[in-house]
Amino acid sequence: MNHTISVLVENEFGVLSRVAALFSARGFNIDSINAAPTNEEGITRITIVTKGDEGILEQIVKQLNKLIDTIKVVDFSDGSSIEREMALIKVTAEDNNRAEVLRIVDIFRAKIIDVTAKSYTIEATGDPQKIDAILELLRPLGLKELVRTGAVAIGRGAKGWRG
Amino acid sequence: MKMNGARILLECLKKEGVDTVFGYPGGTVINIYDELFHFKDIKHILPRHEQAGTHAADGYARVTGKVGVMIATSGPGATNTVTGIATAYMDSIPMVIVTGQVPTALIGNDAFQEVDIIGMTRSCTKHNYLIRDVRDIAATVKKAFYLARSGRPGPILIDLPKDVQIATAEFDYPEIVEIRGYKPTYSGHPRQVEKAVNMMLGSQRPVLYVGGGVVLSNAAEELNQLAHRLSIPVTTTLMGLGAFPGHDELSLGMLGMHGAYCANMAMTHSDLIIAAGARFDDRVTAKISTFAPHAKIIHIDVDPASIKKNVRVDLPIVGDVRDVFIKMVKQLDKHAAKADEMVENLKPWLEEIAAWKTKQPLEYVQGKNTIKPQYVIEKLRELSDEDAIVSTDVGQNQMWTAQFFQFRKPRTFLSSGGLGTMGYGLPAAMGAQAAFPDRQVIAICGDGGVQMNIQEMATLVQNRLPVKLVIINNNFLGMVRQWQELFFNKNYSQTCLELPIDYIKLAEAYGAKGFLATKPEEVEDVIRKGFSEKGPVIMEFKVAREEKVLPMVPSGASLNEMVCNA
Repeated sequence: MNHTISVLVENEFGVLSRVAALFSARGFNIDSINAAPTNEEGITRITIVTKGDEGILEQIVKQLNKLIDTIKVVDFSDGSSIEREMALIKVTAEDNNRAEVLRIVDIFRAKIIDVTAKSYTIEATGDPQKIDAILELLRPLGLKELVRTGAVAIGRGAKGWRG
Repeated sequence: MKMNGARILLECLKKEGVDTVFGYPGGTVINIYDELFHFKDIKHILPRHEQAGTHAADGYARVTGKVGVMIATSGPGATNTVTGIATAYMDSIPMVIVTGQVPTALIGNDAFQEVDIIGMTRSCTKHNYLIRDVRDIAATVKKAFYLARSGRPGPILIDLPKDVQIATAEFDYPEIVEIRGYKPTYSGHPRQVEKAVNMMLGSQRPVLYVGGGVVLSNAAEELNQLAHRLSIPVTTTLMGLGAFPGHDELSLGMLGMHGAYCANMAMTHSDLIIAAGARFDDRVTAKISTFAPHAKIIHIDVDPASIKKNVRVDLPIVGDVRDVFIKMVKQLDKHAAKADEMVENLKPWLEEIAAWKTKQPLEYVQGKNTIKPQYVIEKLRELSDEDAIVSTDVGQNQMWTAQFFQFRKPRTFLSSGGLGTMGYGLPAAMGAQAAFPDRQVIAICGDGGVQMNIQEMATLVQNRLPVKLVIINNNFLGMVRQWQELFFNKNYSQTCLELPIDYIKLAEAYGAKGFLATKPEEVEDVIRKGFSEKGPVIMEFKVAREEKVLPMVPSGASLNEMVCNA
């Protein structure tokens, strides 16, 4: 079972190392990890997608909370959140394939951000399942390079992470 | 007042109530040592290895309840502290370790004696800090001490580059420091406490399972009140020894892999386990799927991450153990009649336990020719002071001490439980003696572990620390040999420590005294002589070579499937 967890941490030297080290030291897996500043000074948000059952998830959340630099852990597993991911996809596209690529890009409301005679580079945003879907369609046409950001998430409704 | 970073550090330590530090000089801490030279308010003890200094700070912290302090230089000095830090981390001991670091401009450059100690100790410290600005020293030290001693205690490392020690700033010790991400819960929720008390009053075979947390929380008296109020039997982990008096009628002794038969049986047949300041470690639970099959579990712990980590918990109570015990006793006062009734109702359970004690007591046979290690421990107990402090090393010596010494007061037993660090016994005793110069401090070690920090004999003599070092010598790496005997066809691979060492000569080489017993009738005499020496002593006992620690719960077996005779 995939879980998306956001940890809001003090932007202290080495804090990302601490969080990542926690996962590896305890044998929790990291499918993807994303870190960036928030609108509050000195606070960084680290978003991790991990796998595990309920028991493992509970331990992950508790261990993250135990870190001194952690201000809050937000567990997005209960469904009341929006998840998004961005992918930059370079596909080889020659002659007969070029039109097909454009059709797929259009269907997924993605964007072409670079073009050569032999390739297109596509920017796609959406929830992780949408990204997986566009990739599945583009794969047979020839994926040259794939860059994914990993999922980030935000809660639905008017409240922020502080309440 | 303006002063350099090194002096600021010392002034901060003084503000935190530190009067004793352990440490070893070097290039990146020479400025601190220069300031220390004139700093009258802190006593410094120089070990002969940074690992020993760290264990000494650990032993100091365990016996006093204060934060132990160790100072080491960068590079190899810092890496030498890692074992000691991990030891303290596993047992939740409050410590602050200050390591020197190369100047900030050289960090990351593979400079001379540079290591990324912050990276190395990330997973074995409660938290660590690298200070880059002299103006941050005061607040960082304050945070370090606060973190070290609060919530679930632990070691904090501060890495202090040389140029930061040399730079100057105004010394201004903050009144308060705020750590946004750290708000430990001390107060047990009253509703949870109420539920717990109801569960206790409804149980028929309850057991109190207590660990190091009861010692750290200074809750021995409250535990005693609670246990006796309802007549609930008490078993302690290795870390909890002394939290409940070993000679008390309700005491089951230690449980777990080498615990007493009655303790393990009580846990297995219990219908309610009240766990306090203990973490259901694998040495205690044995096979988890068959652990305490009939029991509901109440788990009291200040660290929420410890709860439900290994076993299912029916009623978690996050909070300081002492606080929760006080609340429980108060709650019981409201149900005085039911409580009294329970004391009556538990009689059959206590009889069942007494039967287990009689069926399989902790025993050994002391013959005429060879000294049994358990006999030495019992004699030490008999002849030692009422308030003696005992440290152990790791292995058979540790287990026999835990089984046979019978600790009655908290903060009198020092042992590396979580990490099981050989070489801990002697330096930990050293730290304890530094804290209490007038109390009797005994270090019980095996012939394996004692060699790992034997150089501390020099520290003992130089600082007049009259530690009594007992060596239980079976010329084997005992515990490993036991496993090789039971499970590996007696293939004693690399566990024979046959070389005879003249420990009397060794003691005298350092300026101490040594005594040797090779026959049972010499044991008492050696102990008396050793104890009456004014300075540090080595007392060596050549014991039976292939004695086993029993009972034993083998790997993969359930807690009640103990091997009692082998």
